[in-house]
Amino acid sequence: MPEERKDPPAGPAVAARPAGFGRPGPGGGRGGPRGSIAAMAYAEKPKDLGSTFKRILTYLGRQKGGLIAVLLLVAFSTGLELLAPYLTQIAIDNYIIPKRLGGLAVIALVLLLIYMTDAGVTLLYSFSMIDVAQRAVKSMRNDLFAKVQSLPIRFFDLRPHGELMSRFTNDIENIDNSINPSLVNLISSVLTIAGVTVVMLLINWRLAIVCLLSVPMFTLLTRWIARYTLQGFVDQQTNLGILNGIIEENVTGQKAIKAFVHEQESIAVFGAANLKLKQSAMRAQVFSGYIMPMGNLLNNVTFALVVGIGGWMTIKGLATIGMIASFVNYAKQFASPLNQIATLYNTVQSALAGGERVFQVMDEPGEYQDEKEREIGRVRGQVSFDHVWFSYDQTTPVLKDISLEAQPGQIIALVGHTGAGKTTIVNLLARFYDVDSGVISIDGEDIRNLDKDSVRRKLGIVLQDTYLFKGTVRENIRYGRPGATDEEIEQAAVMANSDHFIKHLPEGYDTILSEEGSNLSHGQRQLLSITRTILAGPDILVLDEATSSVDTRTEKYIQQAMLSLMQGRTSFIIAHRLSTIREADNILVIDHGEIIERGNHEELLAQKGFYHDLYYSQFARAV
Amino acid sequence: MNYFIRILHYLKPYRMASILAPLFMILGVTADLTQPKLMQNVVDIGIASRNLGYVIHSGALMIGLAGVSLACGLGSIYFSTVAALGLSTDLRNDLFAEVQSLSFKNLDRLNTGHLVTVLTNDVSQIQQFIMMSLRVLARVPVQIIGSVVLAVLISPRLSLIFFVLVPSLMAVLLYLTNRAYPMFKQVQGRLDNLNTIVQENLAGIRLVKAFVRSDYEIEKFHRVNDDLTSTNVKASKTIALLSPFMMIATNLGVVAVVWFGGLQVIGGVLDVGKVMAFINYLLMLLFSLMMVAFILMFISRAQASAYRIVNVLEARPDIVDRAQTVLHEIEGAVTFDRVTFGYNEKAGAPVLKDISFSVRAGESVAILGATGSGKSSLVQLIPRLYDVLAGQVLVDGIDVRDYRSEDLRRSIGMCLQQAILFSGTVRDNIRFGRPAASDEEVIAAARVAQAHEFITGLPDGYDTKVGQRGVNLSGGQKQRLAIARAILIRPRILILDDSTSAVDLTTEARIQQALSTVLKDTTRFVIAQRITSVQGADKIIVLHNGLIDAIGTHEELIQTSEIYQDIFRSQLGEGDLQYA
Repeated sequence: MPEERKDPPAGPAVAARPAGFGRPGPGGGRGGPRGSIAAMAYAEKPKDLGSTFKRILTYLGRQKGGLIAVLLLVAFSTGLELLAPYLTQIAIDNYIIPKRLGGLAVIALVLLLIYMTDAGVTLLYSFSMIDVAQRAVKSMRNDLFAKVQSLPIRFFDLRPHGELMSRFTNDIENIDNSINPSLVNLISSVLTIAGVTVVMLLINWRLAIVCLLSVPMFTLLTRWIARYTLQGFVDQQTNLGILNGIIEENVTGQKAIKAFVHEQESIAVFGAANLKLKQSAMRAQVFSGYIMPMGNLLNNVTFALVVGIGGWMTIKGLATIGMIASFVNYAKQFASPLNQIATLYNTVQSALAGGERVFQVMDEPGEYQDEKEREIGRVRGQVSFDHVWFSYDQTTPVLKDISLEAQPGQIIALVGHTGAGKTTIVNLLARFYDVDSGVISIDGEDIRNLDKDSVRRKLGIVLQDTYLFKGTVRENIRYGRPGATDEEIEQAAVMANSDHFIKHLPEGYDTILSEEGSNLSHGQRQLLSITRTILAGPDILVLDEATSSVDTRTEKYIQQAMLSLMQGRTSFIIAHRLSTIREADNILVIDHGEIIERGNHEELLAQKGFYHDLYYSQFARAV
Repeated sequence: MNYFIRILHYLKPYRMASILAPLFMILGVTADLTQPKLMQNVVDIGIASRNLGYVIHSGALMIGLAGVSLACGLGSIYFSTVAALGLSTDLRNDLFAEVQSLSFKNLDRLNTGHLVTVLTNDVSQIQQFIMMSLRVLARVPVQIIGSVVLAVLISPRLSLIFFVLVPSLMAVLLYLTNRAYPMFKQVQGRLDNLNTIVQENLAGIRLVKAFVRSDYEIEKFHRVNDDLTSTNVKASKTIALLSPFMMIATNLGVVAVVWFGGLQVIGGVLDVGKVMAFINYLLMLLFSLMMVAFILMFISRAQASAYRIVNVLEARPDIVDRAQTVLHEIEGAVTFDRVTFGYNEKAGAPVLKDISFSVRAGESVAILGATGSGKSSLVQLIPRLYDVLAGQVLVDGIDVRDYRSEDLRRSIGMCLQQAILFSGTVRDNIRFGRPAASDEEVIAAARVAQAHEFITGLPDGYDTKVGQRGVNLSGGQKQRLAIARAILIRPRILILDDSTSAVDLTTEARIQQALSTVLKDTTRFVIAQRITSVQGADKIIVLHNGLIDAIGTHEELIQTSEIYQDIFRSQLGEGDLQYA
């Protein structure tokens, strides 16, 4: 007879847990220069709820065994709980009123047994359900992460990190919080309603009809309220995501905020986003909460009707007192699962709001989607760009008709003003982006026909942004080649001239680097990046401003190592310090996305053009 | 629990709502509680005496009470939401403000993943808990007391059952929640780890792709995810034990009532209706206890979150303004007086040792030295981004610790080594340090930083949106925006920390040129690698392993400093030029 049965979770509280994620961009801004992203703008309206729901169920379906066990156990437990009030009725009508003590003892024992079993069964299904739900949520997170790994760089360009992070935590947690209690409650509620209906019809069909009247009312009520809650939850999750984005960006950019005394403005921006979150959460939480008292009203009315009409019927001889007693219980057992389903329906809205945002990312086309399977084998290192055009936003070309040719083992240097398009050339070679037109080929093979990863494995890129992961120095260097031994790591460090400073760190190679290596100087980070690439031992070397923050004396040492590393390897070098590039076989001067001069050092000096000016400007003031 | 109380203070502004919510709930419960009593009367009085009028009257009364219950329920939901969301919103604002007040040193310790989790997830847990509590918590004691009292009134002897039941249940409850609390703390901690991995991967996605390490990262993520899941499962299962315990205990009570009550009815001491009402009260008690169990589940979670929140709230910034600060229009003279500095007092050798030098207002100072010799650390001490371990940093002869750090920093324009930009427009980024600046001023600053030309070439000019950290700009473009940003605040002291490393030399020369005319009265610190960038400086400081190796002009150093000569030689070859 426990009326409000099962893990009480169905309550309003569970219904709503802000999670979220949302429209990126604190400043509300996105879709800027690389405007193509605007096309993937985030949905703010719930779209395809049916399919979102089905996909959430698919994740649960992966644990068929557990799910079936839960189903059976819940059914069993529900049956037991239906039996109990019936036995109570018998106890009253057949034993207590006629004063038969022996029978009462038997019934009491049976009741005891039923209750104990029920408790045991409840424990079992609760445990299984926790397993099922947690595994579902876990694989959802894993899938999301794997998806994020496969997304093209373009996807990340304008998306605040914090917003994506919110999908991993807040949105998925929303799903977690609702599927666990929901499923159990749904099963037991449906079964209870069915069972109670049958039993009530058997006992007294007239009273049963009185109870059944509440069903259509519940349905109407639920639908009406859910209209308000869903939009509320979607907004809530969206705003929470925005907030997450603001937090992440501000925390990681704190140095600039401090230095420019921008705290008050940041706080104001945050406060505004926080207020928006509050407003949308208000709507979601209030309306989803309203289900409870309204359902309670229907319960109470049904209760009163049963007692009133039942009393009248008993007086007319159409019912018995015991019947009313059990009916009151059944009426509650009938109404409370209805109430639960109504609440669940609202809870599920919050899961859907979270689910939609998770699946939105999962449905983004990955960069490996139309991937050619062809692995690239041993690379000789002949690289060519053939009339390559490229733009980040499909409108403003960043590279215009670039053609270049690197023979195996050659050193190619790219020179030019910042923003001329040098890094873009590197980005294209690594296939972080694909060309708009023209062909890039390695050893005569269009790189678009090759497996992306196999191409990237052949490239050793020292990126302009030196990123380091949280972990030890050793782990960060080993990133270039997972199987490398400690000796190989130290050899690479000696080569890159980073060995010296590493040894002076508190724990040497085992020093833990904090986030993004912020406990190292920028030059030290660059040295580690170079070490990492040296260790990787790539076929083609790409150095994008690899030593810009390294002092010139240290650079001199590295240069020796670099030159020996470049031996026999095709290398691309982007640098402002012209000393680095003097040795290049071919120097390309890039301006506004076009190659304006090409040749080796002497040839270019002789041309007395852009390169000549650039070169002499370096020491102009020295004289 | 202390943490909790600290957080409950946030309910103060919502005092009315947080009183009204439970009040309405209590009213509603009272209405609900009367229902079984009325039913009992219908059975024992109305039906027994075949009084149809009484039955109908009571039925109507019950419906009326149901209406009261509804109104109270709605009111309670509304006010509890107002209070809980008010609390969570204020809490979040305070947390954010607190994070903003933390020093670099604090932030070096706290990781981003943790802070993000605390500000969103942990606050949500608290919000949920407060909302729940306001909605249900008031109802529970009333319901428990009410049902017990009413049951005692019906049959004092049967009520003895309660005295066994309730304390034993409470004991189980307390035991389990105490066990779950540390587990939930662990869950939140694991959530931090997960957040950290995701954040790292988003920030370092190019690297992951360039080295084709997705599989490795995915594996790493799986491990963290597994950890999170297993801890979560463990905690949830502990809490899930509550419900069956409740069921057993309470249902034992029901059986006992049927048995002992039955005996009494058979003995003629009690009416059947009373036994039925008694069972109803018992069920009400069960329901309340279930609620308690449910709330307790949230309590352990909320407690864990409260602990984490309060920890951030109480992470006192270790750079705080002194009580007495000076008001002084900064001119720009800078003195280092035997300054020693390290990022960590305990471990490792200090980064800067016994640094002393003096710079007059309006002078230009260049700092040279090997990678890791302490150049960036030195300049970060001027705007007091870190505090010295020993010695003094003085601006205009006044210890930087005697200034309001806001006043100090507003007079100092700083370009960090890594140009940190924010999502927003180019204009917003330049105006970062002085949001009120006019468009003309923004453009003027951009011109000095040699950024105007490329900005106007962007699709939307100054209104072009910049992605997080300026991903859609080239390295040199980012650096120039950062320089424009520093110029715009019209600093008395300008610090360029290797902030033209990605800018080509011609452009750099133009920036230097523009700076020395536009900001000729501003004290300028320039960290650079190239002799060409520094040789015009009034003073050149050569740092070596955290010590000052030499100070002087280019002409002096080239004669006296071996390191300087060495640096000079390392760059000389670049131009095939003989130094005359």
